[in-house]
Amino acid sequence: MEYFIQQLINGITLGSIYGLIAIGYTMVYGIIGMINFAHGDIFMVGAFIALILFLFLVSLGIFAVPVALLVVLLLGMFFTSIWGWTLERIAYRPLRTSFRLAPLITAIGMSIVLQNFVQLAQDARVKPLPPVVRGGYTLLQSEAFTVTLSNIQILIIVTTTALMMVFSYVITKTSLGRAQRACEQDRVMASLVGVNVDRVISLTFVMGAALAAVAGLMYLLYYGVIDFFIGFVAGIKAFTAAVLGGIGSLPGAMLGGLIIGLIEVFWAGYFTTQYKDVAAFSILVIVLIFLPSGLLGKPEIEKV
Amino acid sequence: MAEAVGGVIGARTADDSIGSAVKDAVITGLIAFLLFVVIVGLKTENAQERLVLVNRLGLAVALAALAAGVRLLLDLFFWRGARARAASEPLLPAGSIILLLGLSYIIGAYFFIVPGASEGLATAAADIFGAEEWRARTRIAIQLLSFAFLAAFVVLTAMGLVLIARRALRLAGIGAGREASKSFLAELGAQFGLALLVIAVVLPLLVVGPQQRYALETASQVLTYIMLGWGLNVVVGLAGLLDLGYVAFYAVGAYSYALIGTQFGWSFWVCLPLAGMFAALWGIILGFPVLRLRGDYLAIVTLAFGEIIRIVLLNWYSLTNGPNGISRIPRVTFFGLDFDRNGENTFHGFFGLEFDGVHRVIFMYYIILCLALLVNFVTMRLRKLPIGRAWEALREDEIACRSLGINTVTTKLTAFAIGAMFAGFAGSFFATRQGFISPESFTFHESALVLAIVVLGGLGSQLGIVIAAVALIGSGELFRDLEEYRMLIFGASMVAIMVWRPRGFVSSRMPTVVLNERRAISGSHVKEGAG
Repeated sequence: MEYFIQQLINGITLGSIYGLIAIGYTMVYGIIGMINFAHGDIFMVGAFIALILFLFLVSLGIFAVPVALLVVLLLGMFFTSIWGWTLERIAYRPLRTSFRLAPLITAIGMSIVLQNFVQLAQDARVKPLPPVVRGGYTLLQSEAFTVTLSNIQILIIVTTTALMMVFSYVITKTSLGRAQRACEQDRVMASLVGVNVDRVISLTFVMGAALAAVAGLMYLLYYGVIDFFIGFVAGIKAFTAAVLGGIGSLPGAMLGGLIIGLIEVFWAGYFTTQYKDVAAFSILVIVLIFLPSGLLGKPEIEKV
Repeated sequence: MAEAVGGVIGARTADDSIGSAVKDAVITGLIAFLLFVVIVGLKTENAQERLVLVNRLGLAVALAALAAGVRLLLDLFFWRGARARAASEPLLPAGSIILLLGLSYIIGAYFFIVPGASEGLATAAADIFGAEEWRARTRIAIQLLSFAFLAAFVVLTAMGLVLIARRALRLAGIGAGREASKSFLAELGAQFGLALLVIAVVLPLLVVGPQQRYALETASQVLTYIMLGWGLNVVVGLAGLLDLGYVAFYAVGAYSYALIGTQFGWSFWVCLPLAGMFAALWGIILGFPVLRLRGDYLAIVTLAFGEIIRIVLLNWYSLTNGPNGISRIPRVTFFGLDFDRNGENTFHGFFGLEFDGVHRVIFMYYIILCLALLVNFVTMRLRKLPIGRAWEALREDEIACRSLGINTVTTKLTAFAIGAMFAGFAGSFFATRQGFISPESFTFHESALVLAIVVLGGLGSQLGIVIAAVALIGSGELFRDLEEYRMLIFGASMVAIMVWRPRGFVSSRMPTVVLNERRAISGSHVKEGAG
């Protein structure tokens, strides 16, 4: 029982990180209908930027953890979102009117570019960061097993929940969110009623990249090591999460992220770590066979 | 940020003055600076379990300035000039092509044949820049250029020869005279595919000397990718099913041959059809659950299958030996004659030749050439059969297909199975060529590469895939000297080619079914792989 609760906590933490990345996929998919394959690498760039900013703050002599976290969070979101904006500007906007596979290929190309760029700029070695947020609480204790909830897990879950609430508010209540939903339904019509479609799409990429930056920071804090290749696996998992939850749906992305995180952690905890990815992908396949548009997705209407 | 967005877009359409170009360049430089200031400007160095920051702000500023400069040049000369030129005459008239041809041959041959020539230039460059590394850089640049010139010359010459042969045949009264009405250049261009085939057949005679082995091995690799591209083209280009896990079938083919060959000692020629059958079977098994899925759901599930197969290969130690892979895979034999130096039935012994390791390479090259041509032939024939027409109809409109009574289940499954079978053939060839396989050769990167070849070539175009495979794999080989920048260049050129030609290299399509007259249509009239 204690073991189960511990795995549950770990799973929710991992799922929150996946969910944050998955939101970026699902927002972009909802608005321009393309798989942004380079999003996982934006997450990786975000993690690297966070790492460098931490080291930079330490070299400036700022050691107060809350201050450092806040500064890194905000600056990381800012710098990463410029990467997201540039990505859209260079690789996707020229192809917006083109056929659907064209931006998919540029996305794969940009993913290769980002990985190799970071590898060139920061070399290929694994980068460790000493734990920044320490300590935690002991929830349950028995002779065999102790259930702990560490501060970093609390931080991840709280940040994710807060960001989810902020983003739900932005999407449902503000004029930017209204414009985004309008573009999602019909881009031409939205532009006719005065929505600046280019700007809305750019801002969607900026928002997705900012969330990926937060996910990158959380990943860095949680695991303590990053390298230039983390974007690929995390990106595929997050995309799986977005599809599982129903691509285009924000709550779906969060739910899908949680499910994928839980499956992975429980599979690794109770069976073998080797096949945890197979378990996550198999659940995806099974869900899609019975619910072809994901858990919370709108069923696609076939039109002639 | 919003102002920057408006500025960048607005400047392109508003006015064409130099001032706006400078403004664009400054904005680009600022954005590039913000991009690079953290990730390039500060380098993390691993030092005894800890990280140390190294200040490289100068490099970040230099990169930003470079971006601004490139933007300025593009704005002033390229984008603006292209718009003005669009109205006037074609870019290169026939006379200049012939001139370029002669010139390129002279330059290419000079540097390629005279060994001291490139060395002299390299030394001169090293003197001018005062740095020794410019010697190697200049040498690489000259090699690349002269190679490109020579390649262009060989292709154009072969096109001319094929054209002459065709005209001679037509004069002699053999073959149809339909193309007579075309202009000379159009007729020459139409020989491109055949010319490539002629070059491919005589390639072992064209390249001789110490480079032969390397050239043929590269060519075999390119042909493997061409074959994979043609196979995936059946699934994505013809049937319109977006498959991101194509490498799984390549892996099934490779492991089928590797396991059967090492465990039972069966010959390559027995295993080749078996590997194709196994791969086709897997195509059906994996195709079955995804029949209902469309578009991106199909893409992600095929990607998941590709990853699942790779992870299973990686962890199933008792069968596949895990990440260590399978080594000592039997080599291919020529009607029972092997290519070893010593032994009973050796190729060189039977034909009374001197032993030469390159014999095997030449033989492997012809095997993959024949396999690839077989794939091409079968695909072209299938396109004309009812099943091929059903694939293309399925790509264009699935609902219309169903209402016309086409069985979409069998149509999709045959597309998956046949595409997978071709990958299985390519996989078993890969296994016997390498002699060693491990799951590392079958990552998602390979699937993405093959898909990129298909889309860059122009979906559904057989010739386009050849061009794209030669461009991507061949350029990867050419830039081998620039090891660390190779993948960066590769990714960037993928993006650049796609932005430049979104419909791929070959953007016209030949319809399979025609009324009265056969003529190419634009690729934009054909639907993409939507699943």
